[in-house]
Amino acid sequence: MMDQVRADFPILERLVNGKRLAYLDSSATTQKPNQVIDAVSDYYRIHNSNVHRGAHTLAGEATVAYEDARSKIARFIGAGSSSEVVLTRGTTNGMNLIAYGWGLNRLSRGDRILLTVMEHHANVVPWQLIAKHTGAELVYLELDDDYQVDLTGLEDVVDDRLKIISVSGMSNVTGAIGPVPQLVAAARSIGALMVVDAAQSVPHLPTNVTEIGADLLVFSAHKMLGPTGIGAMWGRHEILEEMDPAEGGGEMITDVKLHESRWAPVPHKFEAGTPPIAQAVGFGAAVDYLDKLGMEAVRRHEIEITQYALDRLTEIPDLRIVGPMDLARRGGTVSFELGDIHPHDVATILDQEGVAVRAGHHCAKPLMRYLNVPATARASFYVYTTEDDIDQLVAGLHRARELFGLA
Amino acid sequence: MVVMSTHEIMALEELYREVILDHYRHPRHKGTLANADLHADGLNPSCGDEFSLDLVVTDGVITDVATQGQGCSISQASGSMMADAIKGKTLAEVADLMRMFRVMMSIDEGESPVDPARPGAVLGDLESLQGVRKFPVRIKCADLPWATLADALSQAASQ
Repeated sequence: MMDQVRADFPILERLVNGKRLAYLDSSATTQKPNQVIDAVSDYYRIHNSNVHRGAHTLAGEATVAYEDARSKIARFIGAGSSSEVVLTRGTTNGMNLIAYGWGLNRLSRGDRILLTVMEHHANVVPWQLIAKHTGAELVYLELDDDYQVDLTGLEDVVDDRLKIISVSGMSNVTGAIGPVPQLVAAARSIGALMVVDAAQSVPHLPTNVTEIGADLLVFSAHKMLGPTGIGAMWGRHEILEEMDPAEGGGEMITDVKLHESRWAPVPHKFEAGTPPIAQAVGFGAAVDYLDKLGMEAVRRHEIEITQYALDRLTEIPDLRIVGPMDLARRGGTVSFELGDIHPHDVATILDQEGVAVRAGHHCAKPLMRYLNVPATARASFYVYTTEDDIDQLVAGLHRARELFGLA
Repeated sequence: MVVMSTHEIMALEELYREVILDHYRHPRHKGTLANADLHADGLNPSCGDEFSLDLVVTDGVITDVATQGQGCSISQASGSMMADAIKGKTLAEVADLMRMFRVMMSIDEGESPVDPARPGAVLGDLESLQGVRKFPVRIKCADLPWATLADALSQAASQ
């Protein structure tokens, strides 16, 4: 599988600092296959127009292409209907649509929103803003010794004050898979809204929203081979009907008068303004690509490559993995520290070897504070990651140890 | 195994010179000053590096310095070397030092940066940070302590 996959990604052929590129930053954004690049390019070359308006042929083609992408995404995540898929500008936009569209008019003083300490800022800051507006408060689940969300305190917070639970399907720092089924059950028991930040989980784990049973689930195209600037917010039909639009403008109305308007039916109620059409087409092509590989195969490959990486990395003296070791409960995102070498220095040295990793707080400062680490280096994998990439990483880390006098 | 060319080995070894690693691992003037006249906190939000500075200024001379911080070797070594370099200097000399440093790091500080009538500013160990210039994304690391210093001195100017 891997040889064919790699051939589809032209960027993997380039050199970085004179070296073969080992791209290990897929949790930040994935590379794009020719199929996606061509779909975006063909859209602009052949079909470009605005959607849902105008009687001309191109407008019709653009609308069909845009709505086709929505249908593909809906099928990909097992949604009951494509009308349950709102196309957004990405996960962050989706979380804000939920916080403002559901939270702002339904929360009041004393209500609670339950998060975990491993959330990305996109699943923290929108809720902080809403808490400020409404007087609601945020409560957090902590982690156990293997970096997994600790559910032992859950019973203490599940009561009638709890209105929203929002949790990551997979941590972008530690790779830990979030306890979504347990939290869905908790939310059901008290009628709280259940939200899943699936930015890292939909790209890496087979996902069926109907089986998961949450109310809302958001993710981004660019972390699953698609373009930047587009994502999806899946919602149960009743929830989307009930939610207010957080943004107003063109496309999202059926009628506008001087002092009031009526909203378009879902999902269009949430899609104010001209949408990212070419990006939607690229998103559809990305979903086609992943469908062809099969998400079960994607997950299998990721378990194999993560096992290999953990084995090789733990051979390196002074290296500490910041994340769970149980492969059944983690994805292919591996954070680590290397002796007293700061992660930025590790990343600079690796970059000279053609190895692209992320260093820093990974937009998860509450987690970094909780774990008492200022920053980590992070290697993250996807469908095109090979053992050669990992070997190149390991060679670079040995080089870092030499330069810092640890070897 | 990845083979590195001589050029790249030189660039990395220039970047991580021993004197830099020594300042990183053993920062000078570490701590806080209860009697500080000036204080500033610097933060590089994109990477999370932090640097705090306490200064005692007596008759226009920096008589005591203390710093705290966490971050990469470049930011923390730059801060340690800066603390060494500014202690005992007049505010005018410190302003010269900052311009000299920023010119060395290719951060634009305008023309004729240093007044030759004030020879007191000496970069010393700070010259070892020249290797950072080959890594443009890291220049902001080296400059964090200096941006913090500029912040502290601007408070002095407004007092």
